[in-house]
Formats: sequence, structure tokens, C-alpha cells
Amino acid sequence: MILTKAQYDEIAQCLVSVPPTRQSLRKLKQRFPSQSQATLLSIFSQEYQKHIKRTHAKHHTSEAIESYYQRYLNGVVKNGAAPVLLELANEVDYAPSLMARLILERFLQEHEETPPSKSVINSMLRDPSQIPDGVLANQVYQCIVNDCCYGPLVDCIKHAIGHEHEILLRDLLLEKNLSFLDEDQLRAKGYDKTPDFILQVPVAVEGHIIHWIESKASFGDECSHHAYLHDQFWSYWNRDRVSLCCPASLVTGITSVSYCTWLGIIHLGCDV
Amino acid sequence: MAAVLESLLREEVSVEAAVRWIARSAQSSEDDPGEAAALSALQPLRKEFVPFLLNFLREQSSRVLPQGPPTPAKAPGASAALPARAGGQPRGSRGARSQLFPPTEAPSTAAEAPLARRGGRRRCPGPARERGGRGPGGPEEGVGGESVPWAGGRRLRGSGSPSGPSLALSDPPNLSNLEEFPPVGLVPPGPAGRTKPSRRINPTPVSEERSLSKPKTCFTSPPISCVPSSQPSERYESGSPLPSRTGNLTDEPADPARVSSRQRLELVALVYSSCIAENLVPNLFLELFFVLQLLTARRMVTAKHSDREPSPDALDSLENPLFQSIHDFSLAEAFGLCFHWPLGCMFVPNTGAVVSLAMPPSAQAVSFQPETDNRANFSSDRAFHTFKKQRDVFYEVLREWEDHHEEPGWDFEKGLGSRIRAMMGQLSTACSHSHFVRLFQKQLLQMCQHPGGAGAAVLGEAPDVLSMLGADKLGRLRRLQERLVAPQSSGGPCPPPTFPGCQGFFRDFILSASSFQFNQHLMDSLSLKIRDLNGLALPQQEPSDDGESDVDWQGERRQFAVVLLSLRLLAKFLGFVAFLPYRGPEPPPTGELQDSILALRSQVPPVLDVRALLQQGLRAHRAVLTVPWLVEFLSFADHVVPLLDYYRSVFTLLLHLHRSLVLSQENEGEMCFLNKLLLLAVLGWLFQIPTVPEDLFFLEEGQLDPFEVDTVASEHGLDSVPVVDQQLLYTCCPYIGELRKLLASWVSGSSGRSGGFVRKITPTTTTTTGLGAQPPQTSQGLQAQLAQAFFHNQPPSLRRTVEFVAERIGSNCVKHIKATLVADLVHQAELLLQEQLVTQGQDGGDPAQLLEILCSQLCPHGAQALTQGREFCQRKSPGAVRALLPEETPAAVLSSAESIAVGLATEKACAWLSANITALIRREVKAAVSRTLRAQGPEPAAWGERRGCSHACEHHAPLPSHLISEIKDVLSLAVGPRDPEEGVSPEHLEQLLGQLGQTLRCRQFLCPPAEQHLAKCSVELASLLVADQIPVLGPPAQHRLERGQARRLLLMLLALWKDDFQGPVPLQLLLSPRNVGLLADTRPREWDLLLFLLRELVEKGLMGRLEIEACLGSLREAQWPGDFSEELATLFNLFLAEPHLPEPQLRVCELVQPNRGAVLAQS
Repeated sequence: MILTKAQYDEIAQCLVSVPPTRQSLRKLKQRFPSQSQATLLSIFSQEYQKHIKRTHAKHHTSEAIESYYQRYLNGVVKNGAAPVLLELANEVDYAPSLMARLILERFLQEHEETPPSKSVINSMLRDPSQIPDGVLANQVYQCIVNDCCYGPLVDCIKHAIGHEHEILLRDLLLEKNLSFLDEDQLRAKGYDKTPDFILQVPVAVEGHIIHWIESKASFGDECSHHAYLHDQFWSYWNRDRVSLCCPASLVTGITSVSYCTWLGIIHLGCDV
Repeated sequence: MAAVLESLLREEVSVEAAVRWIARSAQSSEDDPGEAAALSALQPLRKEFVPFLLNFLREQSSRVLPQGPPTPAKAPGASAALPARAGGQPRGSRGARSQLFPPTEAPSTAAEAPLARRGGRRRCPGPARERGGRGPGGPEEGVGGESVPWAGGRRLRGSGSPSGPSLALSDPPNLSNLEEFPPVGLVPPGPAGRTKPSRRINPTPVSEERSLSKPKTCFTSPPISCVPSSQPSERYESGSPLPSRTGNLTDEPADPARVSSRQRLELVALVYSSCIAENLVPNLFLELFFVLQLLTARRMVTAKHSDREPSPDALDSLENPLFQSIHDFSLAEAFGLCFHWPLGCMFVPNTGAVVSLAMPPSAQAVSFQPETDNRANFSSDRAFHTFKKQRDVFYEVLREWEDHHEEPGWDFEKGLGSRIRAMMGQLSTACSHSHFVRLFQKQLLQMCQHPGGAGAAVLGEAPDVLSMLGADKLGRLRRLQERLVAPQSSGGPCPPPTFPGCQGFFRDFILSASSFQFNQHLMDSLSLKIRDLNGLALPQQEPSDDGESDVDWQGERRQFAVVLLSLRLLAKFLGFVAFLPYRGPEPPPTGELQDSILALRSQVPPVLDVRALLQQGLRAHRAVLTVPWLVEFLSFADHVVPLLDYYRSVFTLLLHLHRSLVLSQENEGEMCFLNKLLLLAVLGWLFQIPTVPEDLFFLEEGQLDPFEVDTVASEHGLDSVPVVDQQLLYTCCPYIGELRKLLASWVSGSSGRSGGFVRKITPTTTTTTGLGAQPPQTSQGLQAQLAQAFFHNQPPSLRRTVEFVAERIGSNCVKHIKATLVADLVHQAELLLQEQLVTQGQDGGDPAQLLEILCSQLCPHGAQALTQGREFCQRKSPGAVRALLPEETPAAVLSSAESIAVGLATEKACAWLSANITALIRREVKAAVSRTLRAQGPEPAAWGERRGCSHACEHHAPLPSHLISEIKDVLSLAVGPRDPEEGVSPEHLEQLLGQLGQTLRCRQFLCPPAEQHLAKCSVELASLLVADQIPVLGPPAQHRLERGQARRLLLMLLALWKDDFQGPVPLQLLLSPRNVGLLADTRPREWDLLLFLLRELVEKGLMGRLEIEACLGSLREAQWPGDFSEELATLFNLFLAEPHLPEPQLRVCELVQPNRGAVLAQS
């Protein structure tokens, strides 16, 4: 299914300053019933991530952290069962999981002699039962399960999507009888940077010759496409010397959580 | 000179001290002070001693030897007055080596002699070139009429410096040597026409029988005898008995008792032999030849005795030549002893040696070289076409030469010159020249690798032609052959450089072409090839005792011989072309002219940096390979070359090498005997080349010391490996054969009127060729030649196809082996490694050590690669050839092409495999080991054996990502905050768990992290179910799940945990304070679900009782509201009180009739 640029812009427009919660996503689905939840979530996630990247720094000033922490403490003192942390995050327009991390770090700084290591924090976020304070554990857990753009669960979902789409793509290639080498085989051959698949026999799709396919399992907006181009695709081109054509107009002609780059053409249709 | 001898004779000085004194300028500590004093007084004469001694011996014996020169005037006055003598001393101290014993020069004046001689030479420059009897100043033509500059030079010299009448007389029948020894009539008699004394040591011809034989033309053996050719027959008809064939001299009626001054004679002989042993003489073989001449000179004693004149130096004891002969015989035996060298092996025909039909070498054309001769290597179609045409012209010229060059009166230049020049004219571009030069060089190597155009038989086992023809009449055939093929004399023990056989064609071609471009390209190409071959890695291991490797060793030795002979051939032509512009008939320049030429020439860089190559060769102990070709190269040097600093240093190195090659010293690790002998022979020959100034040998010695040459071969040097065998020695130095001929002619005695050498008894180790043009050396070689011949007759595309197929199949074979054998081995390695890790625990030990263990187990299996590779090539090649060749290819051609392709492919594959298979296995196993160790990961064993989907699975299960997302939604709903209308239906929950089961059973899309999260989420979900925290959709009153629904869901979860999760499920989270704390919020608190869950966990074996007890125990330590703590303690006791194996029926009942009250009542 192809999403037009106009549709994409409209969706993106709706996502300005929307907290990344279940409720927001539900509203979005109501607004765009023709789009799949996965597509909407992917766009939401990317838009929100762009937003967080822009605003991340202001939440990490020591003043901000201190102020958040005090507000959290005040909140839980009043009512430990209330969603203090989640509401705080929504209020200051920050991702709940990231807010949970911020407060957890601050909390641990206060209660432990040594500053907590990143792995300890990550482990506590994955399993809040390890958090010594019961109230904070519940607060953190609430943030994590309510955050649809950040947090260990979301990360796991994203990772799973990537893995699944690679397998789907492989199945698709097998189904179409296209002979290919996958990443493992390529690595065994000594490639350092490899796309997911190199076609042993190139194919033409809509007039473009496809030599390799990279599945990104995320919505292919312009921004991420350029980022991937920079980080990966040119490297493949440098190694395989196949012509890489990337018509910008095609970039937006996509709808899928998973976007596949077929020699620079963003491929859709992996919304299986 | 005489003073030295005299002091020796007076026994003032010991022989050893004298030899030491000659060899080394400085006195050694071993010297007796008295001796030292005596010798140091004679210091200025040191360098002249050896030449003096040698000439003295010749002088004395010349009267002894039957055909010796008419005794030159020995009177001081007469000698000095002889202009010929002045001519014989062209430069420096050459005169010291002249045959003339210089009695006129008192020892005190000897030092000034060079100056005087120089003047003498200036006065008489023409004859000076003559260098005594050395003959031509340049290369001697092997066959056919010559029109080369040297020929002209000789003519000029012949008329300009007439030889003595004796010279002419000695050689009338030898028409081919008319130029060398013009008939008497042509030579104006006169003082200048007297026999020119040789500056060289002159081995005099032995007997009159040899007057017809080639040795007469030996340029070191001037035919100084004026004995008429009829004399021999007279002599032998005089009734004297023929000598016995054993050649035992004791038959001779020699009576040592009649010898006077025996002691003195012995002393002289001792000094002489010591000089030879110490390599103080320039040419070992020349001295041996001389000694043999003396030994074989018999019966002439009385005849010649009367001619004897009083010796001016009062060494009357030498008057009795017979004694000297006898004495020298023992001296020769002494050589043998001191050299550990069975003289017999040199002279007795090697019975196992090559006897085969000599055929003229056929000019097999160099086949088309697809890689270089194709159109792509030419600038234009025209150039390509021209080259093709030139190729045809070249072979036409070659064929014509083959047909005609032996015809009398045929002249190369007249017959072919214009055609060759026309052809060269067409080679317009540089590119064409290089192509033609490559062809020329290849053809040269193909035709002339063996001297005299002889075949390869000399190099290896001779093909047994005779047995091929049948044993019948074998003897007759052999005799016939021997008569038909008169062994080519190589021209005395010191022949000039020649171009025997086919080489003559190439030399004449170069001369006739007279193309500057051609010569330059040829030099480039030759230099390159020489460098390549010289740097070739050659066998370096010692042959071992067992026969198997001996077979290999023969092959390696043969390879060395081929390389050596190719190098010599190439170097000879390089020298020929490189020095061609500087050679001419005119005498060598002198004085200022020479100085200016020297100044000019010293600016010209050498065509090939032979000095560097020589130094490299010496350092790498490869002199046995480098020196022989270098000698060939230098033998064509013009007169100026040895005076140039660059080449002088080369000569100095060679001189020092020569001196260091003492045959009697054969130590472990030193150069092998035959290797030394070869070097001594070629170096000795070089020092006799007319262009090499004779003073070089005797004067350079003082400068030798800085060039310390280490002849102690390193363990890997070629020099210490016996690469040279007797056959190679004879091939390289055919003139050694002169010694045999000398003996042979003596042994056979007179053959009556036939005169000269008796052909039928001539040893036949020299020129030999097989029946075919190119006798194969081994069956492998034969196969290769057959293949060559096969391709020659086929279109080039056939060869390309076969080579292509072989190349590809060989390469594929290697890939196949990699993918099969090596992959299997790697798999084995992985299994072994797993075992190792299991037995040795996680780390399994040092990876490097592991690798070593694995490789030692697996690498031996690599041997199978060769068998498999062979099999692969055998299987694959024929089909490929068949597919690529035209359908119409005849069956026989096809099958040959197939078998050649199989052979080539196998060769290629097996060569690679045998060299690399072990390394390959090692590399792959190493990669596998590091892969396996990496994949070990943090929790390898915990995951247990992973199961895939069942075969029937169609992978339609929901995606894990979707499920995590769904469960997360439920969790977030349960945890809140939520809108009032939000909730989940129990059906949805059941459906979700059902989907989870599907996903867990279809592993297609499941990755470990996803499964981990699913497990964790399912535990969270169970906790929420137990705490009744899941908001259920429906009427507000019914916001909670029914007990039965909850239990059903919990049982579903338990089943999933037990059966479907393959990874660990964090069940202990069920009893984490946070999850148990969820219960605290509910009123009234419901414990029965938790108790139910705990029981089921234990029953299903998901958790142990002890584990649960531990969790419950730690729960009690947490801070709870008071009442909650009490209830928790009650639960704890209740759980502990339960029987370890609860009855199933009770639980069924509980399921059917969930009775919360009963449970609570129990508690």
C-alpha cells in the first residue's frame, strides 16, 4: 500500500506535541482508519523521536532533573499509587520511559554512594522489581508500559520487527525464486558492511535494476533514508559498484513499517 | 725466474714454502726465516714465476714431443732478436707467459721487462694481436663458411703476420683451417714469419696422427711442428710395436736408472704439481693436457734427442725427456690422488653414456603463443599482419639454412642476407620488434639449448635408441653410427668461443640483419630472461639415500642443467650482441687512443649488471649457476672490456673465486667436487680467451684479498648441492674431451693411413641426439611434448579452449574441495569444539591451544583433497571440453583434448591443493573456532536445545512483535492510568494467550530477545491475573474476572511456560515484592489464585518447592502493612503444610467448583 506524501504530511502534522501514549495512538487510529496500526505507530515513533532529539537536551540540565525529581517526590508523598511520573512526563513533554530513567538515575544517586552504572539502570528498567524502592518501581513500570515510543519493551518490539521483516523478505525472495546471499553468507565471504541480501541475479523493478536489498523495518521517511544512505548504502555501493539510483520522489511513495531499499528505491509492500 | 728455481734446486727453499710464496705475496708464519729471506729477495719475480715455470716446462718438452715445434732459438741473442717474440708479448707481462724462456733477461732486469715488452709491442702492433698461437681473436665459426668480421680479422692477420712455415706445413690437409694456418706458399718467409711464440702455455700436439684432426686447430696449440704429415706413418711403419690398448706406460722400455739429475727433476715436478693443485695456473685442463701429451709422447726420444741444444739455464737434467714423461706420469697420478679424482673417469669413455643416433637438430617452430601473439598485443591490424608474415619469412629462412648451410660454397649472407634485411625493414614499430625478438629468442632456446645443436640426451638418461631398434646387429649399428658421426672436435683444450650447430644460424642472422633496433630489443629480452633464470629457485636439498627421492633428485638435477645451459646460451648471445659494435678486425687500440676509448667506454653502463649478479651469486652460494653463464658472456668481450674498471672488478672476483676452488680441499658444506671442476674448467677457459689480457691472471692477485670470497657454502646454497654431473660438465666444457681424445688416440695407436683420430674408437659422449628431434627425458616430458605437438596441428582455439577448461576446472576443483571436504572438516571441528567446551567447562581453555588441537586432528584429512581433486577434474573436464569444442571435432581430437584438459586441470588443482590445503583447513577452522566461541554468548546452556517449527507449520502464527505490543497494551491498561471505558474482554485475553502459544510453537519469526520479553510479559500478566488487576470490559458491576476465567487463563499460561517457551521464564518474578504487593491493594485480598498458581508451578515442575519457599521467605522480610504481613505468613504456612504430592482429584474438584471460601477457610 502506498502512502502519498500528502497523507504522510497530514499524519505527521497530527503528531506534533502528542504524548507517546496508548491513548494518543488510539486517537490517531481513529483519525486515520485506513492506515494500519503498525504504519501509524512507526510514523508516530519516528516523528516523536525527531521531537525528542530536538528537545532532549533541555530535560537533561541538572536544574531540570532536580526540578523533576522534586516534583516526583512531592507527588508520591501525596499519593504513591497515582501515576505521578507518567503525568510528569506528559506534562513536560518528555517520553515517560526517558523520564523514568532520569528519575531512577537521580534516585540512585541519592541512595547509593557510587553513581549507578548504565548497565544497572538498564537492568532495572527492564525489570523494575530490582528497584529498591517499591513505589518508584511501580512508577517506573507504569511509564514503561505506557510509553509507545521508548523503553525496553518498545526497543524489543522494534528489534523483533526488524528480525521478522528480514525473514519475511527472505521468504518473499524464495517465493519469487530469486537467488540471493544473505548477510551471514556475505560475512563469511569477508564483507565488512553488508546489506541484508545481495541478489545473485539482479532483477528489475519498475525499470530500476536491483542488486541488493536492505530491510530497515521502519518507516522510510526522507530523514531516515538519508541517514541510512549516509551510513550504509553508499558503503554497499562502494563495495559492489552497482549503480545506486535514488529518486527523491520515490522516497515518499512508501507505506510500511518496514521499508526496504532496493538499490536506493524505497520498497514498500512489506506490510505483510 | 731461474733464480727461484735454482734456489729451489739448491734446496735453499722448500717446495711448500715456494708455493706458499707464489700463492700469497705476504710471507706466512710457517716459513722458515732462511727461506723467507731467500724468497723475499726474489719478491719482484714472484708474479712471474708461474708463467716462467710453465713456459719453461713447455720449452723443454717441446723438444721431447715428437711433433713439437722446431726448437725456437734458445740463445739469448737469437731469442731477443726475434721480432716474432716481441709480437708474442703484446702487453705487460704477457711475455712472461710466452713460450719463450727469457734467458736473456737476468733476474734483476725482469721487473723492467713489461716496459720493454710494451715497447716491443708498439713496434709491432700487428702481430701483437696474435697472442701467440691463440689463433683467432674472436669467436670461431663452428660450421660453414663465414663472413663475419672475425673471419676478416683472421684473414688480415693471417697475411699481415704470417705464421711460420712450420705452421703451414703442419696442417695442409685441414682445409677448413687454411685461414688459420695458411699454406706455406702464401706466407712470406722471413724472420717475422717464424713461429710465433705463444704467450699462452702451449700444449703441443701429441703426434703426427693427429695432424688431420681438429685439435690442430686448437688455438692454444699452434701447429708449431714442421714435421711433415707423412712422418707418422713412417714412424709407425718402422716396425715398432703398437702400444697396448691398456696404455700402460710400463711397457715402454724406460729405464729410470738412465735418468740423470733425477732429484732435480722430481723437485721441478713437485713444484709444478703444487702450482696446479693450488690453482696457480690459469687453466687446470690445459696443464693436464700438457702432462698427458708428455705421457703419451713416446718413441720420439731418440729421434728428437739429437736436436736438443744445450740448455742455457743449465738444467741439464731435463735432457732426458723420457724420464720426464715417466715422472710426469707419476705426477698425473699424484693429481688424481690429491684431487680425489679418478683420472680414469675423465678419459675412459663412460660406458653407460649416451650412444644414440645423431640427427641434425630439426627446426621445430615455436608454436603460436596465444597470450602474446594475439591481435590485442599489436598496435594495429597492420602490425599484427606484418608480424605474422615475418614469422613465416623467419621460418622460411631457417628452413633454407637448414637445407643448405652444410653445402660447400653456400654463403649465409649471399643466400639469405637480403631477405633478412628486407624482413627487418618491415618491422617498423618498436612493438613489432619486441614480438619478433621474443620469437627469435624462443626459437633460439628451442633449437640450441645444447651445444652443437645436440639434443637433450646429454642431460639425462639417454634414450636407448639402440634397444629401440632391437638388440639385433646392435654392435654393427653402433659402429656404423660412430663412423657416420665423427665426433666434432671442440678445437683443442682451449677452443675459442664458437657458435656450433644451429647457433651459427642465429649469429649469422643477427649479423646479416644488422638492425640496431633488433639488437637493442634482443639485448633487452636476453637480459631479462637471464635475470629471470638466474634468480630461479632451484633444488636445494641434498639427495637422500632412498631411491624414491632419488628419482625426484634426477629431475631436479636435470632442471638445473636445463637452466644452466639456457643461461649460457642466452648469455653467449647477449655478450655477442652487446660487444658486437666494439669488435672488429683492427688490432686493439693502444696508448692514448686506448685511454680515450677507455674514458669513453667507462661511461657506458653495462648492458646487464653482471657484477651485481655475480656478487649476489657468490653471496647466495649460487656461483655454480652464475659463473658459467657469466663466462660465456665475458668470452665475447672485446679487448677494451677487461680494462674497464667495472669489468676488471668482475674479473678480479672471478680470479679470486678461481683461486679459492682448491680441488683437494673438500670439506663438509663446501662446494661439491664436480661443481668446482665445472667452475675451474670454465674459468680456465675464460682466462685463455685472447681478449682477456694474460697479465690479468698473474697480476691481479695482489688485489684479491679485499674480495674475500667465502666458498664455504651455507646450508642452503646451490654450490654445496651436487647439481653438476659428469655429463653436464662435458656438455658445458666439451674441450675437456680433448683429454680423452688424446688418450684415445694414444691408446688406439696408429690407424694406419687413415690418419688423425680413429673415429671408431672415439668416445661418444659428446654430441648425441635421439632418434627424434627432441628426445624426451621422461614419460612426463614425452607427454608434454606430445601435447605440444598435438596443439601445433590444431587451430589455436582448441588450445585456448583446453587451457581455459583446465584453468577453470582446476580452480573449480579447489572451490569444490573447499565447499565439501574443508566444510566437512570445519563442521567436525565445530563438533569437537563443542565437546571440548562441554568437558572443559565454559571457557574451554586457550583458543590458540584449542585451534592447535583441532588442526592437529583435522589437517591430516587434507590428504584426501588430492584424491578428491583428481576425481573431480576427471569427472568435470571432459564434458566442459566437449561442450566448448565444435560438434564436428573428430572423436580422436576430442578425446585427446579431453585428456589433456584433465591432466592440466589435475596438475593445476593438485599443485594448489598440495601446497595450500593445510593452510586452508587451518584458516577455516580458526574462523569456525572464533565463531563458535563468540556464539557461546552469555547464557549458552540455559537455552537448552532449541526446537524449530514442526514440519507442518505454515508460519501463519502472529508475529512476536505484534504479540509483545498487544500484551504491552494489556499491561498498560492494567497498570493504568486508564479511561473509565477502557478494559479487556476475557475472550480477548484467552485469544491473546492462544496466539502466544501459536507464536511460541512457530519459531519462524521468533528471536531470543523477543521470546525473553514475551516470557517476562506473560509473568507480569499472570501476576496481574492473580492480583485481579485486569480491568474487564463490560457492565461496571462486573469489572473483575471471574475466578474460573482467571484460573483458566493461569492454566493456559502454565502450559505455555511448561511446553512452549524454550528460553527461561522468570517465574520468580511472580513472588517479587512488587507483584505480590499488587495483592495488597485489593480488598478483600484473594490468596487462593496465588496458592493455586504456586501449587501448579510445583506440580508442573516449573519451580521447586524449595525455590518457592525461599522466595516466600524473602517476601516476609519486605515492609508490608501489618495485616498483609499476617496474611502472607498464613499463605506461607499453608503452602508449607501441603503434601508434597497433592492428589490430582482435589485439584480437579477445585477447578470445577472454585470455592474461594473454602480456600480461605482452610487458611
